[in-house]
Amino acid sequence: MKRTSKLGLDFNKVDKAKKLAGNIADEVQKFVENYTTVSVERTLCRLVGIDGVDKNDVPLPNVVVNMIHDKGATGQGILYYLGNAILETNLSPQEIAEKVSAGTLDLTKLSTYTLEEIQNAIMPLVKESVAKIKANVAKRNDYINNIGEGEKPYLYVIVATGNIYEDVVQAEAAARQGADIIAVIRTTGQSLLDFVPYGATTEGFGGTVATQENFRIMRKALDEVGEEVGKYIRLCNYCSGLCMPEIAAMGAIERLDVMLNDALYGILFRDINMQRTMIDQYFSRIINSFAGVIINTGEDNYLTTADAFEQAHTVLASDFINEQLAVLAGMPEEQMGLGHAFEMDPELENGFLYELSQAQMLREIFPKATPKYMPPTKFMTGNIFRGQIQNALFNEISIWTGQGIQLLGMITEAVHTPFMSDRYLAIENAQYVFKNMKNIGDEVEFKQDGIIQQRAKQVLDDAYQLLSEIEKEGLFDAIEKGIFADIKRPKNGGKGLAGVVAKTENYFNPFINLMKGEQN
Amino acid sequence: MSGGLDSRNKSDFDQTLDLKNIKPYGDTMNDGKTQLSFTLPVPCNDEAIEAAKQLMKKMGFENPQVVYYKELTKGFTFFNCYGSCTHTVDHTAINVPKVESTVWDMKETDDFIKEQIGRKIVVIGASTGTDAHTVGIDAIMNMKGYAGHYGLERYEMFEALNMGSQVLNEDFIAKAIELKADALLVSQTVTQKDVHIKNLIELVEMLEAEGLRDKVILVCGGPRVSHELAKELGYDAGFSMNSYADDVGSYIAQELQRRQNK
Repeated sequence: MKRTSKLGLDFNKVDKAKKLAGNIADEVQKFVENYTTVSVERTLCRLVGIDGVDKNDVPLPNVVVNMIHDKGATGQGILYYLGNAILETNLSPQEIAEKVSAGTLDLTKLSTYTLEEIQNAIMPLVKESVAKIKANVAKRNDYINNIGEGEKPYLYVIVATGNIYEDVVQAEAAARQGADIIAVIRTTGQSLLDFVPYGATTEGFGGTVATQENFRIMRKALDEVGEEVGKYIRLCNYCSGLCMPEIAAMGAIERLDVMLNDALYGILFRDINMQRTMIDQYFSRIINSFAGVIINTGEDNYLTTADAFEQAHTVLASDFINEQLAVLAGMPEEQMGLGHAFEMDPELENGFLYELSQAQMLREIFPKATPKYMPPTKFMTGNIFRGQIQNALFNEISIWTGQGIQLLGMITEAVHTPFMSDRYLAIENAQYVFKNMKNIGDEVEFKQDGIIQQRAKQVLDDAYQLLSEIEKEGLFDAIEKGIFADIKRPKNGGKGLAGVVAKTENYFNPFINLMKGEQN
Repeated sequence: MSGGLDSRNKSDFDQTLDLKNIKPYGDTMNDGKTQLSFTLPVPCNDEAIEAAKQLMKKMGFENPQVVYYKELTKGFTFFNCYGSCTHTVDHTAINVPKVESTVWDMKETDDFIKEQIGRKIVVIGASTGTDAHTVGIDAIMNMKGYAGHYGLERYEMFEALNMGSQVLNEDFIAKAIELKADALLVSQTVTQKDVHIKNLIELVEMLEAEGLRDKVILVCGGPRVSHELAKELGYDAGFSMNSYADDVGSYIAQELQRRQNK
C-alpha cells in the first residue's frame, strides 16, 4: 500500500518505530502472561455470573476471590475452584458465592476433581457469557445500521453531576444538542478502590461511581434518546484503576461503547503498581476488543504536568507503545482511541501550526485508529470568552486533520463541572467549525520543509530516539526513571502489588482464547 | 447598531464617579450595565422570556433585556441578558485580608534566603485527599513553573518536594516530619460538596494533634481558595488564582524570617 504524507513523513522511520514499540510490548507481555491478579480473578467471577454484595456491602466477587487469596491459592485461578465447587454441590456460581459469603462453604476444602472434569463443568458458563457479550455487539451494530450514528469526529461530552439520575437529564440534553458520546465522569478516587461498588449513585464527589447499575441506567436512557434523535449515542466510562478488567466485563455486559483504558495513566497519575496494572490491562483489553469497545488511552494527561511543546514526542512514543500493547490483546485498529491533546501555551508563537502538525502526524502514523483528541485544559483560565476561542482553534485542527473522537472543551474548564448551557455552547462551537471548514484538509497542502513539516519530522525523530532508549531498558525500568510526564514510579511501589500472583500449573482462563479467537 | 435597546437617557442619572456608591460600567459612568447568562427550567416560550426579565428585576436590574434565548432540551431555556444594576457598593469601606509580604522574583528571594536565613528552606507540597488534580501544585512547585514563573524546585534556596496528587493527610505529615519541612503547601482543586474544606480542616487538626501546627508555615491554594478562607480554616496564608511561585516563595521566605526574629 502506497502511503502518502502531507507532512513529508519518513514512513521507514514510522515502521522502525512501530517495530521498537512492538519489542517493548512483547517484553511486557512475556511478564504479563505468567501472572494473574485478584481483579482478573474477580472479573472471571463476574463473567460467569457472580454479582451482588454481602451484608457489609462487600461485592461477592471480592468475597469469593478473597477466600482463595487469603489461603495463597489465587495462582490456581478462581475458575478452578468454582468448577470444582459446581461439580461438588451442583449449584450455580452465584449460589456458591452466597454460600461462601454465609460462611457455609470453603472452596479450598472440597474433594477435588480432575482438571478436565473441572473445565468441562465451567465451560458452558464461559460460553454462555461470551455469547451474551456477542449479542451485545450485534445489538450495537443493529442500532448503528438501523438508526445510524454521528459522523467523525464524534462529539464527546462529559456529565458529572454526581447523581446518575441528574446525569441522565444532562446526557439527554447533550444528545439532543448533537453529542455522539456521553462520558459519565467517575467519582474522585474510585481508581484506587480494590472493589467495584454496587448500586445506583445519587451522591458522588465529582462524578458517579462506575457501577453496573449506573451503567444500566445510562445505557437505557441513551438508547431511548438515540431513537428519538435518530442516531446511536455511545456511552463512555472509565475502565482504569485497580478494577480495570472488572469494569471492562461490566461494560461488556451492559453494552458500553467507549472506555478509558490505559495502564500507563494509572501508573503515573494514580500511583498504581505497574506490574499489577499491566496484567490487569491485558485482560481488560481482550474484553474490550471482543466487546467492540473503543478504548481511550491517556497520553493527553502527560501534558498536564509536562510541557506540551517540549514533551510532544513522549505522547507519540506512548501512542506507539499503547498501539502495540492493544495489538497483543487482539484489538482492531479502529477500536484504538489513541490519546493526544491541544495543550500548548496560547502565548506560544505559531502554536496553532505546531498543534496542527502534530495532529496531522498522529493521523498519518495511525491511519485506521480512532484517535481521541483532548481540548485545552491547562491554559483555560476562567476567561470564558477567550476559552471559547481556544476551543474553536482546537475544533479547527480536529476537522482539518480528521480526528476520531473530539472531547469537547468547556468554557468553564477550571471553574466547575459543566452546566447544561456550557455543553450546548461547546457543541454549537464544534458544529459550526466542523461544517464551515469541512473539507479544508482536502484543499490545503503544507509548504515543503515549512514550519509544519519540520515540526512533525522533529517530533517523530525524538519519539524514535525515546523508543530506542525504552527498548534497551524495558518499559518498567524506563518508567522508574521518569520517562513519561516527568513522573518516576518504582516497579515494586504503588498500590495493588499484593494482588499480583504467579499462575500455577492448573491455572486456566478460557476467556482469553475464546475472545481473542472469535475476534478474527 | 442596536441603540434602541437602551431606553435610558444618559441625562437621567448622575455620571460622576462616586467611590462610596460604585456600580458596573458599560460605556458611561454609573450606567450599571451588566451581562449575565443563565438557564431556567421551563420550556422556551414568551412566558419563559418574561420569567427571565422578572427574575432580573428581582436581582436588581432595571431595563432587563433578553438578547438571546435557546431551548437546550425540552423544559430548559438558556438566556443571555443585559440589564442596568441598581445596587451600589461602598468601595471606600472595603477591607480584604491579604498575604502581607512583598512579591519578589526568584533571584531576589534566593538572595534574601541566603542573607537572612542562611540555609535552604524545606518545602513540601501535595494535592491532598482524593483530589487528583496536580495542576495547581505543579504550577507552584515544578521546575518549569507556569506562565513564565519558575517553580520552587528551580530556586537555589528551596529544597522542594512535590508529592503529587491524592496524598493522604497522614502521609503528608509523615513526610513533613521526615524532611523537617519548614513549610507545607496544600493544593485543593475539587470543591464539590465542599470536600476541600473538610480536607483542609482535617490537616490542621492532625497537625495540631501532632504538636506541629506552630512549627511549620502552613499554606493552601486553589482556584476557590482565598487568603480570608485560609485564615479562617487555621492556615497561615492562602493563594488563589493568578498566584505563582514568586508569590508563594517570597511569602515563605519573609514569614520564616519574621518567625526567626521573634
